[in-house]
This record gives sequence, structure tokens and C-alpha cells, in this order.
Amino acid sequence: MSQFNRRRFMKTSGSMVALGATTGVSLIPGLANAQNVVKVGILHSLTGTIALAEASLVDAEKLAIDEINAAGGVMGKKIEAVVEDGASDWPTFAEKARKLLERDKVAAVFGCYTSASRKAVLPVFEKGKGLLYYPTYYEGLEQSPNILYTAQEATQSVIPAVNWLAANKGKNFYLIGSDYIWPRTTNKIATPTIAKAGAKVAGEDYFPLGHIEFGSVINKIKASGANVVLSTMVGDSNVAFYKQMKAAGIDPKKVTILALAVSEEEASGIGAENVEGVLTCMGYFQSLPNAANQKFVKAFKAKYGAKRVTGDTLACAYTSVYLWKMAVEKAKSFEVAKVVAASSGLEIDAPEGKVKFHVTNHHLWKRARIGEFLKDGQVKMLYESPLIEPNPFPKI
Amino acid sequence: MTIETLLLQAFNGLSLFTVLLLMSLGLAIVFGLMGVINMAHGELMAMGAYATYATASLFQWLMPGAMDLFFVVGIVVAFAVTFAFGWLMERGLIQFLYRRPLDTLLATWGVSLILQQVFRHGFGPRAVTVPTVSWLQGAVEVLPGVSLPLSRLFIIVLALLVTVGVYKLLLATRFGLRLRAVTQNRAMAGAAGIDTKRVDAVTFALGCGLAGIAGSSFTMLASTSPVTGQQYIVDTFIVVVFGGVQSLLGTVLSSFLIAQMQSTFEFLMSGSMAKATILLLVIVVLYFRPNGLFASKVRR
Repeated sequence: MSQFNRRRFMKTSGSMVALGATTGVSLIPGLANAQNVVKVGILHSLTGTIALAEASLVDAEKLAIDEINAAGGVMGKKIEAVVEDGASDWPTFAEKARKLLERDKVAAVFGCYTSASRKAVLPVFEKGKGLLYYPTYYEGLEQSPNILYTAQEATQSVIPAVNWLAANKGKNFYLIGSDYIWPRTTNKIATPTIAKAGAKVAGEDYFPLGHIEFGSVINKIKASGANVVLSTMVGDSNVAFYKQMKAAGIDPKKVTILALAVSEEEASGIGAENVEGVLTCMGYFQSLPNAANQKFVKAFKAKYGAKRVTGDTLACAYTSVYLWKMAVEKAKSFEVAKVVAASSGLEIDAPEGKVKFHVTNHHLWKRARIGEFLKDGQVKMLYESPLIEPNPFPKI
Repeated sequence: MTIETLLLQAFNGLSLFTVLLLMSLGLAIVFGLMGVINMAHGELMAMGAYATYATASLFQWLMPGAMDLFFVVGIVVAFAVTFAFGWLMERGLIQFLYRRPLDTLLATWGVSLILQQVFRHGFGPRAVTVPTVSWLQGAVEVLPGVSLPLSRLFIIVLALLVTVGVYKLLLATRFGLRLRAVTQNRAMAGAAGIDTKRVDAVTFALGCGLAGIAGSSFTMLASTSPVTGQQYIVDTFIVVVFGGVQSLLGTVLSSFLIAQMQSTFEFLMSGSMAKATILLLVIVVLYFRPNGLFASKVRR
């Protein structure tokens, strides 16, 4: 206590205040959007267990941004991307979303992959009146005024997949997935669909994200006599699952495996030899022959390397940026409410084909495509549905 | 429940047991014999896995025709790399913290974070997959309907060899004698002419080397990413603490118990529920026997 005197107190508190002031000053966001630049946010998991699937979405979005900037930008302004890492951690997603909206004052955010991350940022976007373009297939049952969903919901993926499987491959289903909202809700939608198609569910199992021991459940699948496995496994677990399935000698000709969360991108991480013969249901395959896709794939490989592959979420992420540009130009404004209103009915010639926004529900009309993985990690298409109207709240 | 399912379940339990054993043996040696809490143990397993990945890539680049050999070479390389790293870590960091368990905990935690970032920098944030060698692909069908994956059989054999090797080292070699002497009474061992510093370094390095072997063999089962270590470390600590920290036999028995329980629970209930139930049981057992199931009654 003898050390506490006024001089000391003034010295320390003075330096604290000075320190705080300097840090505070440096935190003031740089002058809001300079006259000819518009900022957008990119929020994906660059690290963590979901990075296997999500990190590459940043590349697709950046490609679209570069192309748009090269063609003159949006309403004369160049797009500047602020990239944040959600780190496969949902609270981090919410925190970074808040930062993008409040500190960087971005005009729109292209982000999220897992439904858990989207649910975590939803209140942030609704409270902060921001705009999120969500480019990943999900379970539906959502329609936020601040989110535009540019990928399939359940009625455009799970339901046609189940119906096709029951009609063509087998009537004894085993449901296996990672343990969070998307797989659980997807299976809740799949179960009555399976029953309606005249098939039955032999078993249902969930594993925590990142889980890698699948010996027991592979046994269960064998014991149950299931001839169709519907997998909603996400992220790194996929690698372990398919490696162990293959090692256990499960014959893809006898037991059809359809993965709902494996595109060409994940297949390249899992190892093409482990997913050969596995089916997948997506809205887009890299092998689609239309002109817009060929241009997209060529540009992607030119920018990032010939070994890179494109997949459904990549294509949707790329399309999202263009959809935002088109809506801004139609509304002649960056304001969220106007951009959302202008998106209603908006049509685009995307790499997946011609798609259009629904008039009211923020989703896109989409095709469901089912394909089989080949030895090189590419997909051979087995079935393509006509354009399906989005219905995020189906009655099942 | 058919006989095939029962046999497959039994095999599964056995396979999981050897996986847990390989992971935990290194930590048990370091924790149990030296009293060092090595939070970087998981990252050392990841280091072994990445070393195997690097070996595979090297083989693929320089001699693609000899791909069948890369795995055995990969395991040896993994052991060498992690052993060397463990030696350096002990000499450079751990040796100054022997009487301070909380500080070793913090310091090794720091090392684990550094290693994670090094892996991220060196190998990228996405998971990498090591190809399985052709002679370990597929399964062997011992009975119709009972096919045992070759990769899991290999791990069982490897775990057996490693465990027997460790026992022989501890009980039948001069080095093992010195190690046990240092563990029981450092001062007397030093007075009897044993170079305690050298024994410490080799023991720690050995524990790390075993982690490297474990990580290397797991590349057949799953992918490797910078966060892989974090996924392994929890199970490893549970096994070691559950079995009783000072007892290697305790580690063996505890990994057997936990593996069987996990395998059975996963068969009977959902994966997440099985994990939760196991952890609950571990908590209950530790409540009644806080030193672990097979703790030795020796007073230290």
C-alpha cells in the first residue's frame, strides 16, 4: 500500500487512457465505402472439420468477383471482398457475421455451408438488416427475409432422391448422418417419403461431426440387410466412413450408397478410389455439357489449377455473386430491401442450367440430378428431373 | 442377432481396442512413468500421420512403381520423425519443468497449438488422405458373411507387436531397468551412476515415437488434418486416466474395457448417445476410484 500514491496512480491511469485511445482510434472503421468500391463479405470455414467441403467456396466467389470487376464492376463500383473464417465453429460464424455487418458495413455476405452455421448467423442478419446469400443445399423449413437461398432445399433434393432410389435400387433403407440439424431434419423428411414410396427404414444412426470410428455401424448396416444407404455424413467424417466401408468389403452393386453431402470437391479430398460407385444427388455436376458450365469450369481451372474440381456448392456460390449483381442492377441500389425485392422472379443462365428465383419465397427453381462417382472423381449422370418449384415448407 | 454379426462385433471391439491401445501406450509411458502431462500427444500422432503422407507423396513422385512399399517405410519414418521431435522437446522444454505438472500442461498445450499451425502452414487446412497400399486393401473372408478388413487386422498385429516390444523393453533390457530405477527413485538412481537426464530424454522420445506409429497406422482409417490431434487426445487421456496413471497394464485393460463398451453401445444405440454413455460411466467409475481402475497401491 505504501506504493500507492498519487503520482503513480496518475502515471498508470494516464498511460492506460492513452493506450486505450490509440487502440480505439485504430479500430474506427476506415472511411466507409470509398466512392468507387463496394464491400461484400465472404464467410466460410477455412479451417476445422468442415473446411474439407467449405474452404473452396471462397475460390468460386472470388472468381465471380474478379470476372465482374474485369467487366466494369457493379453499377460502376469495383467489388472488394472481405473474407472471414468461421472455423467450423457456429458461435464464430455469428461473431464474424456481426463484424462484417457492423464494422465493415458490407452490402451483402456470401457465406455458410452447414445449416448450423446458417442458424447461428440468422438472428445477426435479421437484427442487423443484412443480406446473406446461402449457397448450400439444406433441409428447408426456413424462409428469412434477410437470406436468399441459392441451392436446393429438401423437396428439390431428398424427396426426388428417395423416390428414385425406391423405384430403381431397393426398398430397405439405412439412414446414417452427422449429428446436427441438417441430417436430422433431412431424415425426418426422408422417413415419411420412404414410407410413401413403399419402402422401409431398417435403421437410423447419427455420429458427432469429426467422428472417425465406423466399425460398429458398418456391422449394423450389414446385419440389417439394408440395400440402400442414405448418407448425410458431412465433412472429415466422410473420409473415414468411405474408407472403412470400402475396407469392410461392402459391394456398391449390392448395397447402393447415396451421399447427400458429397460432391466432386469432397470426393477429391476423400480419394476418388474410395467413393467409386457411390451415388450422389446434387443440382449440378462438373460434367454438365451446357455452355455456361463449360465457360465456368474453364475459368475456374485457369485461375486455380487444372487439378481443381467444381461441385454443386461451388457452382451455387459462383452463381450467387452474379445473382446479387443482377438484382442490384435491376433495383439500381445496394439497399438490402430493394435488392431482395428485385430478386423476385430473377432469371439467370447459370452453370447448372437456366434457373430462376421464386416470386416470393427466396429460393430458386432447381433440377435434382442423381449421378454415380467414377474412378476419376467425376460424376456420370443417371437421372435429371425437370425444374422443381421450391417449397421450403412441404406437407409430408 | 446372427452369429456373423456377433463375430463381426467381437472383431470390431478388438480392432477398437488395439486402436485405443496404440494411441494410449505412448501417453501412458510419458504420463505414467515420468509424470509429464503431454498435451501435444495428439499433435504428435498427427505428425506421424503427416510424415506417412509425405512419404506417400515422395514415393508417388519419385518411384510410383514401388507404391506398395511406402507404408512400411512410412511407419518407420513416422517413428523416426516423432522420436527426434520428442527428444528435442524434452531437452528444450520438458526437462526444465519436471516438478511442475501444471506448467508442463500449459507448455505442452502451447506446443500443440504451435504444431497445429505448422501443419496448417505446411500441409494446408483441408484434410489430406493417405492412399491405402494394395496389400492392405479390402477384406479377408473367414466365414461367409464375416469379412475382416485387412487394414484393421494390420493394426491389431501392429499394436500387439508394439505392446510386446514395450514390455520387453521395460522388463528385459538394461535400458528398461534404468528407466524403472529412475521412475522409482531418481536420487538413488542418479547416485548409482545412471544418467537420469539421458533416460528421461529417451523415455519421452519413445512415448512420442509410439504416438507417431499410432498416427501413421490410423491413416488407413481416416483422413489427417491439423485438427486431427485434437480429436484423438480426448480419448487417449480418458483411457490413460481410467486405467490408472502409473500402470501400463492398467492402460491395456482400460483400453480393452472402453473399446468393448463403445463398440457394444454403438451397436445398440446411436453414435452420439454411445459416446455420452461411455463418458458418464467413466465419470462414475472415477468418482469411486479416483486413481483409476487399476491404480497401483504403491506410495510415492
